[in-house]
Amino acid sequence: MASLDDLKKRITSVKSTQKITKAMKMVAAAKLKRAQENAEKGRPYSEKMNNIILNLSNGISDKENAPKLLAGTGQDKVHLCVVLTSDRGLCGGFNSNIIKKAKAYFSKMVSEGKNFKIITVGSKGDDQLKRQYNDKIVERISFKDSKNVNFFDAEKVSKMIIESFQKNEFDVCTIFYNRFKNVITQIPQAQQIIPLETSDTKKEDEKDNYEFEPEEDEILGNLLPKNISTQIFKAMLENSASEQGSRMSAMDNATRNAGEMVDKLTIQYNRSRQAAITKELIEIISGAESL
Amino acid sequence: MSEEFKLEIVNPEKSFLNKEDVSEVVVPAFEGEMGILKDHISIISFLKPGILKVFSKRGEDKYYVEDGIIEFKENTLSVLTSSIFSLDKIDKNYISQSLSETEKLLGKDDLDDQSRFLISQKIDVLKSINSN
Repeated sequence: MASLDDLKKRITSVKSTQKITKAMKMVAAAKLKRAQENAEKGRPYSEKMNNIILNLSNGISDKENAPKLLAGTGQDKVHLCVVLTSDRGLCGGFNSNIIKKAKAYFSKMVSEGKNFKIITVGSKGDDQLKRQYNDKIVERISFKDSKNVNFFDAEKVSKMIIESFQKNEFDVCTIFYNRFKNVITQIPQAQQIIPLETSDTKKEDEKDNYEFEPEEDEILGNLLPKNISTQIFKAMLENSASEQGSRMSAMDNATRNAGEMVDKLTIQYNRSRQAAITKELIEIISGAESL
Repeated sequence: MSEEFKLEIVNPEKSFLNKEDVSEVVVPAFEGEMGILKDHISIISFLKPGILKVFSKRGEDKYYVEDGIIEFKENTLSVLTSSIFSLDKIDKNYISQSLSETEKLLGKDDLDDQSRFLISQKIDVLKSINSN
């Protein structure tokens, strides 16, 4: 049985941990609000972009000569996986969920005999992946210094991807990130960005007729690289909202658990205090009786 | 009948401008400046560096854009751009800095014609802003 002093120390230490987790929860909640707002503000841009591309790719007459970013290289040998994670820990299963999703994809690649390369964005994902896939990681990017998610960072990543694509270093590119559903639920996503997946939901007669200036192909050639930046930026925004949400619920749980622990320890402390008093009383009484 | 249409300018981070009452917009489209009035045919085009002018009852607003895409459909003009600045609020330092950076780019040898064209366009526009 632990001594009274030890118990007291443990209670104080759990209480101060609780204070920290509580503070982290508050901070995450404030940041979450901002991240969520940013994610919502960024939505019109990517939606419009998607719409335009959809219209354009429908309008393309010569599908054979479509830009490679849209049509792909026609091969399926080398996959590039961009894994977006956070730079900070203590956010529950946020990073592990993305990594799990990515690892499942990697083992599928291996079993199909395909080659793959990895770009990690965010240091936490890098930490987890380098143990197993160190030789596959071609690039490590971290935006520790930028305070908020900004478009320039996304552009840097996409430039890297496009350059490597033009050197024929890969055929298919997929990004991994967490989609923000709500504070408790974040869904790890794998989204293919090269070649672009166009889900044509519109019916034939609903299609819009556009005038293009210059030609469709030329606009597409200009637009597709931008779309990649936009998709990555969207993923980064979703990710940052998810990270804060995940951290908030993780810290909420931690605070609650710490509270339970303090209660339990306090009961134990009181019991052993009472036991000690009873023991002393018995000793005094039995000492008095023997006189 | 009113001669006004809707203009939306969005950049990746937020919605930059939202106006219901514009009468004309002149955009620096890739193949030359293009004025858009109400009931224009649906069009998609992209931008080169230049000045985007917005006319409404309250007068004329000018914006500097570096690149972007425009879409006009059902009397709504959407401009998607990652770089837009209002000419009234623009930072002169930024312009001079951007100008010298761009001029450096032009000195490179490995440019294709299209990017050389875009870069010299950008220099012209920046210079004209600077001299005002």
